[in-house]
Amino acid sequence: MADYEPVLLRNVGVDGSRTLDVYRARGGYKAAEKVVKDMTADDVIDEVKRAGLRGRGGAGFPAGVKWGFLPKGRKRTLLCVNADESEPPTFCNRVLMEHDPHQVIEGIIIAGYATRAQIAYVYMRVEFHEQFHIMQNAIDEAYAAGLLGKNILGSGYDLEVYVHRGAGAYVCGEETGLIESIEGKRGYPRIKPPFPAVEGLFRMPTVVNNVETLANLPHIIERGADWFLGIGTPSSAGPKLFCVCGPVNRPGCYEAPMTITCEELIMGDAFGRGMTDNLPVKAVFPGGTSMGVITGDELQMKMDFDDPRNFGMLGLGTAAAVVVNNKTDIRAVLRNVARFYALESCGQCTQCREGTNWMYRIASRIEHGAGRIEDLDLIEEVAGRMGMMPGLSICGLPDGATFPIQGIVRKFRGELEEHIANQEPGKAEAVLSVLN
Amino acid sequence: MAWQTINRNEPVFDADAPPVLSEAVREKIRSFFPRYDTKRAALLPALHVVQDTLGHVSWKAMAEIAEVLDIHPSDVFDTMSFYTHFWNHPKGEKTITACRSITCELLGGREVLDAIKKHLGIDEHETTPDGKYSLVTEECLAGCDHSPCMLINEKLHKRVRAADVPALLAAADNDKIDIPRSTLFDAPQESQRAGSGSADGKTDDQVGTNVAE
Ligand SMILES: Cc1cc2nc3c(=O)[nH]c(=O)nc-3n(C[C@H](O)[C@H](O)[C@H](O)COP(=O)(O)O)c2cc1C
Ligand code: SF4
Ligand code: FES
Repeated sequence: MADYEPVLLRNVGVDGSRTLDVYRARGGYKAAEKVVKDMTADDVIDEVKRAGLRGRGGAGFPAGVKWGFLPKGRKRTLLCVNADESEPPTFCNRVLMEHDPHQVIEGIIIAGYATRAQIAYVYMRVEFHEQFHIMQNAIDEAYAAGLLGKNILGSGYDLEVYVHRGAGAYVCGEETGLIESIEGKRGYPRIKPPFPAVEGLFRMPTVVNNVETLANLPHIIERGADWFLGIGTPSSAGPKLFCVCGPVNRPGCYEAPMTITCEELIMGDAFGRGMTDNLPVKAVFPGGTSMGVITGDELQMKMDFDDPRNFGMLGLGTAAAVVVNNKTDIRAVLRNVARFYALESCGQCTQCREGTNWMYRIASRIEHGAGRIEDLDLIEEVAGRMGMMPGLSICGLPDGATFPIQGIVRKFRGELEEHIANQEPGKAEAVLSVLN
Repeated sequence: MAWQTINRNEPVFDADAPPVLSEAVREKIRSFFPRYDTKRAALLPALHVVQDTLGHVSWKAMAEIAEVLDIHPSDVFDTMSFYTHFWNHPKGEKTITACRSITCELLGGREVLDAIKKHLGIDEHETTPDGKYSLVTEECLAGCDHSPCMLINEKLHKRVRAADVPALLAAADNDKIDIPRSTLFDAPQESQRAGSGSADGKTDDQVGTNVAE
């Protein structure tokens, strides 16, 4: 992996990488120009389909196929760029927007052209302040250079790009929650079908794509689908960004093919460079917390779209790994993760609202030394009965709670049982009277 | 956060009080209309602009936003109450948003939060008596390569240690970012035409952005 040449991150660290001049000087906007001047929308879709570019936002759905679901005779299409990035511990979209905003804009132009969208909304979480200013200034620059707005580069193609700032809600990263949020409503995810491609924002055919997905497009156009397929494996093709963080020596966002293992991501010289103080790895949430957890003995897991399932994980997710060392009490991890979903559930589905909060209460009492041995079965049972996968909720948020929580309880059951067995007598009653 | 309600007590709504939104603010809100199919879609932008102008979004301001957007005031509150970013009672001059998620917690985030609480003498969702600081926690700020981190207004502080907290909070410019800003979602500025989006003083026409005809 040492000789891998970064593509998505190639401008990071280059002086002035945020500016149009530098981006152009390094070959930027050639792909967009080729697309709007020399290609038809269907040419672009075919090339992206052939490359097998799978969405980087978490679900891994092929972008070209999603675009293909747009109704044939439609009058309008809207493009939403998902820059909500709120899944702990994911920050690769931030890095892309912060260091190379024009790469993202070029991706937006290509996706917009392919889907025949004339408006793109960049839905950005409000906590991205600097990134908002950077993106907005880059957008202003692109307008001034005729790369956005009416008649882009004289091609006759029009595209307006508007940043829409969120206001603090994880669930607005879910594509239909995002759509509702742009419409000025609570970010309540919608029941599907209809899928956004058929009826989305303002009831128009809508495509939602993640920032990193879009950042791949200029390279697919410029270098071709075959180049893309030459990286990684057929089902996990192309360059990918990985985050690694927690008590490691060099936390950061790194680019690699999806043949990399979790171990290499944490230990590799080009990546995390090992654990701080050489402490052993106890657990890793390798795909964002929502995907589940692996133990220090499972680090051989490949960071691709398929292998995580062999380790009881939901999927690759956002490919962002947070590492837990052996000094950490797994109860604190359980409670922290459970709290996230409890507080971020939008509350419209009873199973999810009650289930995530029930699990948080259980995790809290376990952490406070007031667990009951039957709580472990209980939390697993609750986790299994609230998701979209068993058909009990509208969106994937509760499934994202199930996998890490069930994973922790299953894979660290011995440790949890030991803690519960060693609790101070009488503490349970005292704590429970406060917590419940 | 969503369905759980945080303390939103605020003085009783006085319908007869003079309007709180100036014509410039209303104009700035209206400048977002051409971007969307519905006026209601300008609600989040409106709330951002109003909160930047008034420091919070009072009941009165909500009613006036409703008027500009042609929707019911309850729709404004319904949406607003869903999002943690908006305050309907006054907040401090600077808002500290400390990350409470997993990576930050693993690297000392709890200690940092405790140090802030102790130093300021306030708990979450509270404001110091001198009106200087408000404190909230948020889930992952997508800065986990720099954990533990926190925002002071727009400024992200990275790798914060509990011991650094007093000095950090004493620094006058701890909320300043050193990159060119876009004023798109800010309070309208005297010198600028409402709706202007650029930090460098260019108008929309010059940069060709933001507001479509
Ligand atoms: C609860 C929840 C939160 C999500 N948050 C994000 C997010 O912050 N960013 C993102 O790109 N996708 C997020 N997604 C996935 C989106 O629904 C959607 O699949 C994605 O934006 C599609 O883009 P892609 O096909 O380019 O990956 C989330 C999904 C769920 C269920
Ligand atoms: S599953 Fe949970 S987060 Fe998703 S819509 Fe239902 S209540 Fe909201
Ligand atoms: S966990 Fe704190 S920024 Fe991600």
